[in-house]
Amino acid sequence: MSQRVTIDPVTRIEGHLRVDVEVDGGKVKKAWASGQMWRGVENILIGRDPRDAWAITQRICGVCTTVHALASVRSVENALQLELPVNAQYIRNMIILAHAVHDHIVHFYHLSALDWVDVTSALKADPAKAASLAESLSSWSGNSKAEFSKVQQRLSGFVGTGQLGIFTNGYWGHPAMKLPPEINLIAVAHYLQALEVQRHANKVVSILGGKTPHIQNVVVGGVANALAVDSQAVLTVERLLAVKDWIDQLADFVKNVYLIDVAVVGGSYPEWTQIGRGIVDYLCVPDIPLDGRNTEFALPGGHIAGGDLASFKQIRTHDDAYFKDGVSESVKHSWYEGGKGPLHPYKGETRPQYTDFQDDGKYSWLKSPTFYDKPMQVGPLPRVLAMVAAGHKPTIDHATHALELVSTVAKTKVGIDALHSTIGRHAARAVACAVEVDELARQWDLLLASMAKGDLKTFNKPIFPKGEITGVGMHEAPRGVLSHWIVIQDGKIRNYQCVVPTTWNAAPRNEKDEPGAYEACLAGTPVAIPDQPLEVLRTVHSFDPCLACAVHVVDQERQPVVRVKAA
Amino acid sequence: MRVVVLGVGNVLLSDEGLGVRAIERLQRAHRLPPGVEVIDGGTSGMELLEQLEGIDALIMVDAIRAGAPPATPIRLAGNALPVFFRTRLSPHQVGLCDVLASLELLGRSPRHICILGLQPQSLALGMELSREVEEGMPALLDMVTAELASLGLAAPATGCGGI
Repeated sequence: MSQRVTIDPVTRIEGHLRVDVEVDGGKVKKAWASGQMWRGVENILIGRDPRDAWAITQRICGVCTTVHALASVRSVENALQLELPVNAQYIRNMIILAHAVHDHIVHFYHLSALDWVDVTSALKADPAKAASLAESLSSWSGNSKAEFSKVQQRLSGFVGTGQLGIFTNGYWGHPAMKLPPEINLIAVAHYLQALEVQRHANKVVSILGGKTPHIQNVVVGGVANALAVDSQAVLTVERLLAVKDWIDQLADFVKNVYLIDVAVVGGSYPEWTQIGRGIVDYLCVPDIPLDGRNTEFALPGGHIAGGDLASFKQIRTHDDAYFKDGVSESVKHSWYEGGKGPLHPYKGETRPQYTDFQDDGKYSWLKSPTFYDKPMQVGPLPRVLAMVAAGHKPTIDHATHALELVSTVAKTKVGIDALHSTIGRHAARAVACAVEVDELARQWDLLLASMAKGDLKTFNKPIFPKGEITGVGMHEAPRGVLSHWIVIQDGKIRNYQCVVPTTWNAAPRNEKDEPGAYEACLAGTPVAIPDQPLEVLRTVHSFDPCLACAVHVVDQERQPVVRVKAA
Repeated sequence: MRVVVLGVGNVLLSDEGLGVRAIERLQRAHRLPPGVEVIDGGTSGMELLEQLEGIDALIMVDAIRAGAPPATPIRLAGNALPVFFRTRLSPHQVGLCDVLASLELLGRSPRHICILGLQPQSLALGMELSREVEEGMPALLDMVTAELASLGLAAPATGCGGI
């Protein structure tokens, strides 16, 4: 007898994703992922000046402000075939990388670690044992017995007053929680330290972007930062030295804490390397351009078919027809007018047509994107696998190191194949983060070297031709491939479509009724207690869902924060 | 004394963005004393942690759905705050709620928190405020300056107009 479980919403912070699963024999048999809000932001852009689009698109989402700003200016620059000064690339790259590092740290510790870590169990830990365990794995300065005792006291103060605050909604004591008390205590301590450390990443974005959370420095044609070797009120060497100091502190935390914690959690839950495989067709795009024309990149990207690294096909430039021609979106199962089959984003339409939630019909506000007619998984896992396949040495080194640690903790050899899983997505995100924080330091070096040569140029003026031009802005955002597609007619926007990472992953069934990545990855996930579907949340959270982007945020009056319904 | 006036909301959804519109006008039309920082928070969450850390007072400005007639001014403080977050009268409260909970965990919560806002009329897609809310904006700005005054901070109008 099968049982239907509805979880709505499934994220701790950005909400509005609903997941329905049919559970049979203690496992998910069938799943539906549904965006519950309509996103019509593209319609606001039509008729506007393309140079203003970035400031509007960065308002789509509170988490991903910078990524939409950058994808937007890139789409216009691609349409104009505009070359950028290399300094503008370095500054944008540092914003991209600092944002990614911030996003990954916050995602792991503050948005998903508590799916695996039982906070209340940390109270039972022996701080001395926790310290000796942590010190055996890492040289991080915040792993002392004194530190862990302090954290335990603070936590017990919270629990004592009955005010668990941010920890209220956890599934404490759930049978799927398996970490020993000492590891739980280490994780809680690092949760608090991560709150401190994430600020450094935010400061980097803030200094370079002018402001946070909404950066101000982006313009079509470059950046608005005036560079100077001596003058005040601009991006000076002195300010850049402060940025370097924050980057170094981030690198210390990412490599000596985050990567290790993920390996310890992964090694402690080896069964989760067998869960959540789902779609193993992977897509990512190259990013961190090293030239003004987006033809050389620090971080490679491309397509992997069937989970086979040997099948890797590289996407070489941000103008690569292999990517541009391959993307289309179906609305067969989405609440939009359709009937035309999958449409390329330049031809994309956004006309709502709401029905009820129909299991075999329309059931989501998300469209269903495909790459050459196949659903894809996007995000840090595809990114890491593609970089490994491309022979990117820093990625291979960090991935090898992480898998060795996992193997030590699990006391069995764990290879790269384990990454095609729920826990593997967390591991890949930590590996990606380590690669990104190293690259952030390298981009800093490149900018300083360029300035030292006397090159202070940051902007090339765009000129809009008469007639129609089209462009795509590709960006490998923290959650995966983001693309903005623009059609410009006589200098005004005629069409605009954003194909965001969460749309790829949380897509409903496509034109051929094949499930999207969440739906496919949920199949087979065990569910011990249907009204406490922790295991389902683990798999969905492993993607770092950000539905505020994929759909728009709107009235939730009188709706409970979380509705778990097992019927 | 460090005070943050934080405008939150999504400016793409008409009245949903009234908090952001209010703080934009506050900055244009008032001379703010030193120690008062005005932040356009949009719909952000954890990115705001640092700027809200260890401040003396946080004045949030937001669309507040309280089932009142459009543009009704609303002030929430003290015991009303947990209710505001729990019932999620505004969709981005989840993110901010977590920021405030994190600050509590760090022992660096603002000492005084209040939320000022108007009942929205329209949450439709669009970058303009509804007529009703537009007409209610001066009252909302008065509430903000009154709140600052209650903290002993004068924010006189510059005479430039808020529009």
